[in-house]
Amino acid sequence: MKPVAVLCFPGTQCDQDVVKALKVMNRSVETIWYADHFSPKNYSAFILPGGFSYGDYLRAGALAAHSPAMRDIQKAAQAGQPVLGICNGFQILCEVGLLGGTLQINKSLRFIDEWVELELCHSCFAWGGDQVQKTVSIPIAHREGRFYASEDQIKKLEDQEQIWWKYKNNPNGSVKDIAGIMNKKKNVAGLMPHPERAVAEWMGGSAGRAFF
Amino acid sequence: MVTIGVRILPKKEVLDVQGRAIADTLKGRGYSIEECHYGKYIRLKINEENREEALKKAKEITESVLCNSLVENYELEVLEGN
Repeated sequence: MKPVAVLCFPGTQCDQDVVKALKVMNRSVETIWYADHFSPKNYSAFILPGGFSYGDYLRAGALAAHSPAMRDIQKAAQAGQPVLGICNGFQILCEVGLLGGTLQINKSLRFIDEWVELELCHSCFAWGGDQVQKTVSIPIAHREGRFYASEDQIKKLEDQEQIWWKYKNNPNGSVKDIAGIMNKKKNVAGLMPHPERAVAEWMGGSAGRAFF
Repeated sequence: MVTIGVRILPKKEVLDVQGRAIADTLKGRGYSIEECHYGKYIRLKINEENREEALKKAKEITESVLCNSLVENYELEVLEGN
């Protein structure tokens, strides 16, 4: 099987965690530098990991969204290939317009780092499908994770079954407790929690394995 | 060369947690503050001779990169140049 591509931007710091999680699941993996172009057909899927691309300058994910590698990610997404954005990766996917809505500063204004319970709303065939449990425990680590979308956008997300995960106890003030969403075709998904930080019992849980 | 200022503020209907925190601090110091909104200001020196052309470029830059229209509004002002 073709490798999964993990994108690295200046300031990305969860790339090696994602690489290791994929290796745990016996998937081959390659990293791609943000300034490089690549051919989407050489890869089976794409992951935008967490971190602080461009130091979160302007808005989280805003500058990374305009990098050369993201143009190829847009082509891959349009071709129906699986794309997953985790934390800062989710912010980048929103900024580039592949996912609707945006991630704002947490209601508490604090960086939150803790394990949270998530409830599956609609499964994502590209990432975990029916393999994921209906309720999972996975860590979050973010300051800008409060999902916001207009009422019309929320209605669309609900009607088109694009809400992927919801928080059981909303930690950051996200609209409708949303933790993760998908695009209409459900090949592009984004979530604030970090499944790559929950792939072995010694980490505190292994519910994240099914995502990869 | 035309210098343009871009003023970006969160929309009224969006919860502005930074603005609220600043207002709370000011109220704590005894100031009577009704509302406070926290935004950003960006100054662009654009390589255009014509003021209208520069404004057109600044609008394009702001709408495509600087401002997220879902949660922010912007205003442009010419600071220097024709």
